[in-house]
Amino acid sequence: MALRKPKLAVWKFSSCDGCQLSLLDCEDELLAVADAVEIANFPEASRAVAKGPYDLSLVEGSITTPHDAERIHGIRRASKFLVTIGACATAGGIQALRNFKDVKEFTSIVYARPDYIETLKKSTPITDHVFVDFELRGCPINKYQLVEVLSAFLNGRKPNTPPHSVCVECKQRGTVCVMVAQGTPCLGPVTQAGCGALCPGYTRGCYGCFGPKETPNTSSLSSWWSELGVSDGDLMRVFRGFNAYAEPFRRESEAHEK
Amino acid sequence: MKSRTIKVDYLARVEGEGALTVKIKGQQVTDVKLKIFEPPRFFEAFLRGRKFNEAPDITARICGICPIAYQMSACHAVEDACGVKITGPIRDLRRLIYCGEWIESHALHVYLLHAPDFLGYEDAIRMAKDHPDEVKRGLRLKKAGNEIVRLLGGREIHPINVKVGGFYKVPEKREFFALAEELKWARDAALETVRWVATFSFPELDRDYEFVALRHPDEYPFNEGRLVSNKGLDIAVREYDQNFVEEHVSHSNALQSRLKERNSYFVGPQARYNLNFDKLSPVAQEAARSAGLGPVCRNPFQSIIVRSVELVYACDEALRIIENYEMPDAPAVKVEPRVSTGYGCTEAPRGICYHRYRLDDRGVIVDAKIVPPTSQNLKTIEEDLGQFVQSHLVIQKDRLQWQCEQAVRNYDPCISCATHFLKLHLESE
Repeated sequence: MALRKPKLAVWKFSSCDGCQLSLLDCEDELLAVADAVEIANFPEASRAVAKGPYDLSLVEGSITTPHDAERIHGIRRASKFLVTIGACATAGGIQALRNFKDVKEFTSIVYARPDYIETLKKSTPITDHVFVDFELRGCPINKYQLVEVLSAFLNGRKPNTPPHSVCVECKQRGTVCVMVAQGTPCLGPVTQAGCGALCPGYTRGCYGCFGPKETPNTSSLSSWWSELGVSDGDLMRVFRGFNAYAEPFRRESEAHEK
Repeated sequence: MKSRTIKVDYLARVEGEGALTVKIKGQQVTDVKLKIFEPPRFFEAFLRGRKFNEAPDITARICGICPIAYQMSACHAVEDACGVKITGPIRDLRRLIYCGEWIESHALHVYLLHAPDFLGYEDAIRMAKDHPDEVKRGLRLKKAGNEIVRLLGGREIHPINVKVGGFYKVPEKREFFALAEELKWARDAALETVRWVATFSFPELDRDYEFVALRHPDEYPFNEGRLVSNKGLDIAVREYDQNFVEEHVSHSNALQSRLKERNSYFVGPQARYNLNFDKLSPVAQEAARSAGLGPVCRNPFQSIIVRSVELVYACDEALRIIENYEMPDAPAVKVEPRVSTGYGCTEAPRGICYHRYRLDDRGVIVDAKIVPPTSQNLKTIEEDLGQFVQSHLVIQKDRLQWQCEQAVRNYDPCISCATHFLKLHLESE
């Protein structure tokens, strides 16, 4: 008897589309992946839609509207496994900067007719709304980690995505520490690995795309940054980026807010 | 009187979330709405209070498909505010990374998003079963573009190496050698692409468009030039706000733009091509001619050929830049903030992307305005659909609906940019 191909679905909430594009950016692997699964729902790539249930749902984006807060429950019910991809889905994304401000004021800055706009006060990660089987971090995600996650879930094993800091990746690639050697402020010590320590490789300090690592000591890192001459305002801004609403970064940014 | 509706609830093969409704009463199209329900993200609001040098990384997150466009427009606008003009190798490298984004984005659209419409497939994966060589060629072309972005930018999506004033680190000349070989293949593959798409059959649509694009005295436009049109517009980028206006309509989370003096306008590859054909390289001009295109191409369904011609140009231009490249002494020039307003407009794969920033003395952004290409095309797309459906009422509904989707995809709309884009409803009351 021929085995049924597992059904893969890709869903979008508030986001830039970059993380689901990572799947199409797997130029060498795409046709092989498409061979191994049935792509049952992926509007960015196909106008064909198959009904659920789905074996694996990839969810991109954060929840920002009442309609989306409802929609995610239907997707959860139709999915055996639900994996969130990217900083929007795992932490609320850059649009979570509204969470620190009055969203009404934001709406009136951007739109002439705020009454046409329906939006929630906060941008929140998917896990605030439904049970999530696995969170893949990054702004954007790393496409090789995405292939690893797909492969793991389709083969019934745990994905191998290390939770340690970017510092470990610098050591692995043999990159000299930009903070120690050049005095460049770097979020590497508190940021989860996954990008391959890209920024230090380009003589730039890490700016935290992959969000907080396990047990990050953000306040200690902040003191080191202060010694390098970084102001409180800049410390507040650096933690208030693409993962601003992830708990450890949120607390640290608030500690430096006047 | 018999009336009907063509509806597409969730437009596929576009970047973002949108829907389309066309209402028909008797033999008359009565309403066309391109609804954008991509949730608002408020970039212009939260840019207030951020530092001037954060603008490129933050605005890149507006769109995962064309982050370079946002980084380039942001850098140029901020540099304009600070009175800095970038020249020499850094300027060339910016053109080069933009070539990479055009190649990646155009190959994605031509092969994976648009070609399936012409050949009658739901998607490129199904198309690959019957046309494996073409789809593989498209993927390898896309990858070649991504390779440029990865080498210069660090990664394909939201590159990390672009900054106000230049780059964090620039490559040595020898780092380009392997890439150049692949780009020579890519240029041939792009020529092959032009020949392939020229064999498709194209629905008729001819309207009196106003095309708007940058125009530069010496080159096909990427980062610099004046804003011109085929109906007499000829302005500096800093005069944008005096000539264009954004309107908020109830059915859309994206603002719609129009020219104050006239009305809707058309941006993107076809506008660039029609206004800058003389600046294309000889190999790109020749490719266009052999595909049967003159210096002006107005049928939006033929945008797939124009996009393919731009693929040829971008590969050709990338090779030219690499050949002439000499590593600069420093990867970036120093940019000091001052109280000022800066303007930037660059040619994203989908058309002009306008940024304006007002800075205070410490370099904090006090006001920001961003106009993505897709919101400038929204009115034109709605008008195209109105005319197209009106002249094709006899077509069977399923087929008409598909062709309406195709007409929307002519513009490679990026709804994530325009807040986000499309679903199609064809409605008969």
